[in-house]
Amino acid sequence: MSDKQTIKHRGAKGEFHFAYDDLHQPADDGVDMKIHQELIVFIIWAISFVALSVALPNFFTEGNLISLLRSVSVLGILAIGMAIVVIGRGIDLAMVATMAVSVAGAIVLLQQGYSIPVALLAGFVFAVLVGTVSGILIAYVEIPALFATLAMGLFIYGVGRFGFFNQDIVLIPPEGGSLSWLGAGRVFGIPVSILFLLLFAGLVALFLRYARIGRFIHAIGDNPSTARITGLPVRKLYVLSYILSSTIAYCAGIITATGVGSMNTRIVNSTMLYDVILVVVIGGISLSGGKGGVRNVLVGTLLIGTLLNAMTIMDIQYTVQNVIKSMILLIAIIVDSLLNPRDEQTAQQGDI
Amino acid sequence: MTANTPNPGAAIGARKKSLASQLIRLRYDLIPDHLLGEILAKKWVENVAPFLFMVLTIALFGSLIDGFFAPSSIVNMVRQLGEFGLIVLAMMLVIGAGGIDLSVGSNFALANFVALATMHILGWPVWAALMATLAACAFVGLLNGFLVGLLRLRAFLTTLVTLIIVRAVVDMLLLRHAVSISAGFPDSLVWDFIAMGSVFGIPFSAIVLLVAALVIHVLLTRTRPGWRIMAVGGSRRSAHNSGISVRWTVFGTYVGAGVLVGMAGFMYAARLSSAGADAGMGLELAALTAAVLGGNALGGGRASSAKAIMGAITVLVVTNSVIRMGMPSGVGSIALGAVLLLAATLDVRFLKNRYKLLASVYVSPVVNELPPAPPTQAGSGSAYEVNDRLHDVELIGLGEIEAPEDVILDRNDNLYCGSRQGDIVRFLAPDYKKKEIFAHIGGQPLGLAFDRDDNLYVCVGGMGLYYITPEREVVKATDETNRTPFSINDDSRLRLADDLDIAPDGRVFFSEGTIRYEMHDWPVDSIEARGNGRILCYDPRDGSTKTVVRNIRFANGVCVSFDGKSVLYAETFGCTIKRYWIEGPKAGTVETIIGALPGHPDNINRASDGNYWLALVGMRTPAMDLAAEMPGFRRRMSRRVAQDEWIYPNINTGCVVKFDEEGNILEALWDQAGANHPMITSMREHKGSLFLGGLSNNRIGRYRLKDADPDWTSCDHYWGKK
Repeated sequence: MSDKQTIKHRGAKGEFHFAYDDLHQPADDGVDMKIHQELIVFIIWAISFVALSVALPNFFTEGNLISLLRSVSVLGILAIGMAIVVIGRGIDLAMVATMAVSVAGAIVLLQQGYSIPVALLAGFVFAVLVGTVSGILIAYVEIPALFATLAMGLFIYGVGRFGFFNQDIVLIPPEGGSLSWLGAGRVFGIPVSILFLLLFAGLVALFLRYARIGRFIHAIGDNPSTARITGLPVRKLYVLSYILSSTIAYCAGIITATGVGSMNTRIVNSTMLYDVILVVVIGGISLSGGKGGVRNVLVGTLLIGTLLNAMTIMDIQYTVQNVIKSMILLIAIIVDSLLNPRDEQTAQQGDI
Repeated sequence: MTANTPNPGAAIGARKKSLASQLIRLRYDLIPDHLLGEILAKKWVENVAPFLFMVLTIALFGSLIDGFFAPSSIVNMVRQLGEFGLIVLAMMLVIGAGGIDLSVGSNFALANFVALATMHILGWPVWAALMATLAACAFVGLLNGFLVGLLRLRAFLTTLVTLIIVRAVVDMLLLRHAVSISAGFPDSLVWDFIAMGSVFGIPFSAIVLLVAALVIHVLLTRTRPGWRIMAVGGSRRSAHNSGISVRWTVFGTYVGAGVLVGMAGFMYAARLSSAGADAGMGLELAALTAAVLGGNALGGGRASSAKAIMGAITVLVVTNSVIRMGMPSGVGSIALGAVLLLAATLDVRFLKNRYKLLASVYVSPVVNELPPAPPTQAGSGSAYEVNDRLHDVELIGLGEIEAPEDVILDRNDNLYCGSRQGDIVRFLAPDYKKKEIFAHIGGQPLGLAFDRDDNLYVCVGGMGLYYITPEREVVKATDETNRTPFSINDDSRLRLADDLDIAPDGRVFFSEGTIRYEMHDWPVDSIEARGNGRILCYDPRDGSTKTVVRNIRFANGVCVSFDGKSVLYAETFGCTIKRYWIEGPKAGTVETIIGALPGHPDNINRASDGNYWLALVGMRTPAMDLAAEMPGFRRRMSRRVAQDEWIYPNINTGCVVKFDEEGNILEALWDQAGANHPMITSMREHKGSLFLGGLSNNRIGRYRLKDADPDWTSCDHYWGKK
């Protein structure tokens, strides 16, 4: 790609403008292996979908497919948020806690008689705040992302339990009934939540592929030090990516809560977070950053969503489900590390 | 140039008498500023913050909670500490090698289950149950080690997965066997002792913890596998490149962690006999917090038992106290999350800024009042008057040699010098055109001297005192001396052996420039002018090394006097020559020979006419003389200005002077144009010629002396003809 690469110097401000078409190529055509993983996952999904349709009597029914899509949509939206962070070589383990606590906070405000916009805005601001703090801890204090977000998740869950709600399940009051369209409504028979998934997918895909900042996040994930030397505002972009993941988590939370009329804060202690990571990794987004896009997330979402749905239909015990999911995640990590092996000479110290 | 400045000493002399300057001097003499930097440079400093944090936590909750210090409360807490401390030790071990183990919580639950199942249901003896428990947990460690160590997966996510899997397995097992566990009742005294027993009032679990901590401490600090763990954690890449089996080392830490967790879970099972599903819930976060809070570095390389236990105590006190104070739900999570963030922040920031902090406080100058410098300008009538006699010296080895600090000639007229590459280079007589590497030592060879048996003694900067036999064998004479009592810096190791001479009885007297700086930082010592140098004596008869004179402002050239009863030494940044008596009535005392030199003295060697040659490596400058009296100025400079911009003594222009036994200057040799030998660190007279060396030169000079004894050589003079 070097022959096409053009770097123009823009004015006295010292900004550099990359020719995005060139930077594009890895994500578009991909390293061959990436396409393969994505393709393989897609084929596995297609096969298992057909197999499940044949084998499970309740699987290929309109009601089940709608519920599959609905459950998939929230997972997918969360995974899209996670993908932004992971592509920037980070991880956000506070996503589910952010989602639960910010949405629960908004609902508590509704219960106390605040109007819908005020409550929603307050929850949104809380989510942005959480993302900002996580981002600052990671970008400026330089705490490893795993620890910072792990501790943040613990911390804000404590804040939620202490300050916002006492029960595990926070019910949306009747005044918030009009919101239920977000989670449970349909347009032309298609659940609104699915449309939201598509909306987010579209927006984030455009952002990651065509926005300058989106390309920068790819560049940072690929090699943070090079990105920094090149002059990218690495730290600010780290903060931004965590703010994005937090707000996307909030939106996913709103859709979840309005769909069932309540926010179950116990999901913080569930394995939902691992499902999200599972989707991201299995779709082919490397945890070492810089690779992949929204398409990978969608493929991963389809496969995992279908599997979860099938296991539920088959009435597999929750703990066994956990084992199965963990095994799949483990295999995904192993495959990821085989495709992108750790290089002892270039791996970062303390990168756990 | 320096040589042309009017007498700079006059102005300085006038200012010296003021009371203020006396007070300043007193302040810098009495307050030991240098100790702060030396303490900060110590490894144990990083334990101070965790320790204070632990004491503060105990004091805080001890005062808030009634009966916190009651014996029953303490014993109960210590018993829990025994179990929790083992988990933190396990976490520390894994973190130390650069990994992380999140599965400790569910592994703990597994241990609990296995212990209860074997004791309550199967009715095994305690030792068998213990073995089964440890084996089960070691197996989980094995799995982690295989995945993270051998397959090199990411530790965090992988152990997260094993956390879920093991937890799910334990839940399934409990579902099936919980009832029969509750029904069982093991009848074993040992089991009860593990649960509730004490030795001299110390709970059993605490003793286990203590033993485990000691064993791990010895492992990490005194054994090869432990060093490997720390090496892998400190720099995985370097460890890999130096041939350490990174994969198996990491593997080992996970297995070790598994066994430790198994022991903890076994004692927990004995104590509570509870088949509940909440055993070890969230334990991984508490252990992680404790490990990091104690000061074990995330990402590895900095870990110890003491750190782990300090962290364990702090976290246990916090979590226990939150429960005992009846805090509303959520506070525990807030506290743990906040403490984890705080600990990680402190850890990361400390690690990043420690060396910056150290660099800014380490340099601690003192008043260095120098007497007025004698004039050197032409026409002043001074013995130091500039001339150009060294302008036309013959050059030896031009461009073939780097950094010949000292030069010496043997009985066969061959010329030896050190080099920057750590070699002793020999130029062959008679024309010194042919060059060969006589021996390779390493370090930076500086001062040279032949002993009675023609061994070539070499002071090697960064290594110590070495000698090379005529058969070219390199032998270490000494690299350490007695440590100064109560010193904070360990000054027993030689950092910058500089120059040497050998007394008639064979004792080697040699100088060490500074004990506070490494070889390459020697110019920084001039900013301090604290008197960090020393003269040491190595006695080849019994192999002992002793420090004989301390507090020298950069000890440099050393020369045994003609009568063999005293040693002359140069104080580079004190601009003086002093005499240390080694024999006679004044033995052990020091007296000043030359109190005021116009420059910074380097090597001293004997001349054929009963006098001494002295190299002045650079001339004093009025600005540096002034700065020398203003330690505050130099300190501010060292903190605020980049090191390259500091004011340093001039070491670029100097001369060679000859002085007599009383310290009178007889003559001076200059290279005024600075073409060949502006910087001279040493000179050696040999058969009517003076050979000149310089630390930053790429040549050796040969100056033919007009009225010197043409047969005089230092070897014959010192040890007699052979």
